[in-house]
Amino acid sequence: MNGFSCDAAVIGAGAAGMAAALSLHERGKSVMLVDREEAMGGILLQCIHNGFGLQHFGEELTGPEFASRFEQRVRAAGIPFRVGTTVLSLERTDSGFALGLSSSRRGYELIECRAVVLAMGSRERNRGNIRIAGSRPAGVFTAGLAQRLLNIDGYVPGKKAVIIGSGDIGLIMARRMTLSGAEVAAVVEIQSSPSGLTRNIAQCLNDFDIPLYLSHATLRILGRDRVTGVEIAPMENGAVQTGKSFVIGCDTVLLSVGLVPENELSARTGVALSQVTNGPLVDSRLMTSVPGVFAAGNVLHIHDLVDRVAEEAIRAGKSCADWLDSAGDPASGGHERGPEIPLRAGTNVRYAVPSSFDPSRATRVSLRSLVPFERARLVLTREGREVWSRKLSWVTPGEMIACDIPAGLSAGDAAGQGACTVSLTGDEGGSN
Amino acid sequence: MDKTANGIESYDVAIIGAGVCGASIARTLSRYKIRVALLEKEVDVSFGTSKANSGIVHGGFHHPGKYLKSRLEIEGAAQFDRLRRELGFPFTRCGILVAALHPDEMLAVEHLYRQGRENGAPGIELCSRERILELEPKLSPEVIGGLYAPSGGIVESYRFVFSMVESAKKNGVELFASFQVSGAQRSGEEWVLQSADGRTLRTRYAVNAAGLFADEVSRCFGAESFEISARKGEYFLLDRLAPCRPERVVFPVPSSVSKGMLVIPTVEGTTLIGPTADIVDDKTDVSTTAEKLALITASARSLVPSVSERDVITSFAGLRPVLGEDFYIDFSAKVPALVHVAGIQSPGLTASPAIGEYVKNLLLRDGLELSEDSSWDPYLPSPVKVRALAAAERSRLIAENPSYGNIVCRCEEISEGEIVDAIRRGHTTLDGVKFYTRAQMGRCQGGFCSYKIIKLIMRETGMTWDQVTKRGGSSFVLEGEL
Repeated sequence: MNGFSCDAAVIGAGAAGMAAALSLHERGKSVMLVDREEAMGGILLQCIHNGFGLQHFGEELTGPEFASRFEQRVRAAGIPFRVGTTVLSLERTDSGFALGLSSSRRGYELIECRAVVLAMGSRERNRGNIRIAGSRPAGVFTAGLAQRLLNIDGYVPGKKAVIIGSGDIGLIMARRMTLSGAEVAAVVEIQSSPSGLTRNIAQCLNDFDIPLYLSHATLRILGRDRVTGVEIAPMENGAVQTGKSFVIGCDTVLLSVGLVPENELSARTGVALSQVTNGPLVDSRLMTSVPGVFAAGNVLHIHDLVDRVAEEAIRAGKSCADWLDSAGDPASGGHERGPEIPLRAGTNVRYAVPSSFDPSRATRVSLRSLVPFERARLVLTREGREVWSRKLSWVTPGEMIACDIPAGLSAGDAAGQGACTVSLTGDEGGSN
Repeated sequence: MDKTANGIESYDVAIIGAGVCGASIARTLSRYKIRVALLEKEVDVSFGTSKANSGIVHGGFHHPGKYLKSRLEIEGAAQFDRLRRELGFPFTRCGILVAALHPDEMLAVEHLYRQGRENGAPGIELCSRERILELEPKLSPEVIGGLYAPSGGIVESYRFVFSMVESAKKNGVELFASFQVSGAQRSGEEWVLQSADGRTLRTRYAVNAAGLFADEVSRCFGAESFEISARKGEYFLLDRLAPCRPERVVFPVPSSVSKGMLVIPTVEGTTLIGPTADIVDDKTDVSTTAEKLALITASARSLVPSVSERDVITSFAGLRPVLGEDFYIDFSAKVPALVHVAGIQSPGLTASPAIGEYVKNLLLRDGLELSEDSSWDPYLPSPVKVRALAAAERSRLIAENPSYGNIVCRCEEISEGEIVDAIRRGHTTLDGVKFYTRAQMGRCQGGFCSYKIIKLIMRETGMTWDQVTKRGGSSFVLEGEL
């Protein structure tokens, strides 16, 4: 059995993992970057469409291009990495953490480290998760699996598809399937508004005349050996109208019904998870409930843009480096930390990350709205009193909101024990 | 090799159907110096009723002692420890609880207890509220008492079938997959069996263990014209991290038609809830329905309140062959040398080891000469399971064969080596690999690994992309190449 030690292990070498590893490296920390796939880049490698990098690189890149820029930097920095390597276990030890690794090339290895950055990303919700009834024929794929088969392996999953759910991968795949010669008969969304980005509705559905059925539930998948159709029905007043159901014939069903952060490894290590996001509960440093374990990217919460994943991961890397500098010697960290104020999701907010913040420093908060607003106010309250607000336009559940709470905000109340709540309200008048 | 003049293979016994009954009969007969053929209409074994059921080794109290099935249940259940040692399939005697939620249910429980005592069910006891909650703290606080059958257990039925078929093959039984018996003619002292795809074989005895289709097979032989109907059972499978997972199998108090919907801690660490029990017209209809699935959750939650839809990873349905109240295991009264093993619904899995013996004895009494083969080997090497290995052992194994280091199925932690082992043992469909290895059976349901498995199947078998199926027939997975 081989082994080695480092300051920090980064689990997952997608956008989040590579960005976190680079940020740790820049701070002089020794890092080991591990990924189970044969190449760095994660899901970006199968996202051959463009639209990546506008925020981070100031230009529009494809997924593989975005990944390759980070990979080149990782390689140029000489950061040690393992690909084709699965992290089997993550355990706490007296001096930090021990990770058990498995690969064909190196067999079973043990890494000892003082800190860990979780960057494992997410998995697609599947048919079972949303309990679609019917038969279980061949031809039912999650959209990401279909994307992988088409864009990397070169196989067409079907000739006529119905896409269930209007998540971004589903929308991208509606266009991709069409361009590969298949017909996309419909995109079916149970909600009254699409869950993917507005630009993807325009560029992937409207440009190709693909019908979008909003407020339609999927009742059954039909077909014995291979899919023959999908039965759907409209939703009215929150209830499925089974009497108005109809069948759309197809040989393929692609599911784009959301992503779930992959935290089974984290949970086994004792990392506390949010019941809403399935991501770790983190403080403003992006540190989980297990000291020394940080999280960034889709393993923490589902992002809309990879640029935001990279930004978050760079912060996680820096926080991890700060923690490594100060751990065991609080005075050397250069910053005395008080207890953080809990941050909760209030009216119209599905979740907010982090779940606590330090009022003496500026804090980046990521959140998702439950409802669309043309104009909205983001309001931070503490013990019923408004302490900060910001105006927003074009809020939609499909797009992440990132905002920075300024430093020194509630210094006057710092002695109070109350949580802060972040809420969204419609801002029709535009006053205030 | 015993070939007749026209080159058609000739056997002493041909068993029609490689579900749990056919597999058990084949393995039982494999210890004797006779030629046995096992015929399966599907592309792989255990692809019918035996792949989608509750996987319970029952406690011997559910059925009155007057039935053959009650006797075979007790006899069969007793053999599972030995079979596990010989064959290495996962099996645990975790015990069975029947939980009563109302006083009148307690009366029914007391009846089950007396029935179990009369049947000879080992160790069963009546439980007070306190006792049953001690045995299973996750039960509803509304439980008022119940029954405990410590000998009850859990098994993965398909893994059990796979291992029995492997053992039978190791000892000389020949498996014919995709062999759907479409005709049977008498020729001298033999039956000539034809398959739908034109293959033929001869046999002295035929055993009809065709499950849902035992009625059609009987008609092929010109034998009894009974009708098998199909009773559908729908299930939800919950994640291995689901907090509701009990330590023991939890039954409700049974109704007149079924044992009710259970909460089952599967032998692999997941939790199964179900089944429903509804007669359906179509014997190939294994679709699930939204209404029934809603019933399952409600029923399971009344027993174990922490059951949550949030933990569901998949749903599925299986069909049970229903004939009469009891099993029908006997020689045909109409045609010679045909044994029916029909109507084997619950507790068929539990009884299957005893069914094998029972059918062997029928054949013996009819004059089939059975002399033991001294080279018979009851043991199978356990398949490699990297998940279960300690670090040092895993290290050594990967050093010997690096493919055991490449984890293909992340959710169930199944390596490339294990998948290759399954494919080389003849499980060459996505479902075959799934049921043999568990790869694709976890929380992502193949989202991350099925493309890798498709490529491994192609690499190992030489199939092209357009030949790979989910479970044989025309269940093709891919529709084109760029």
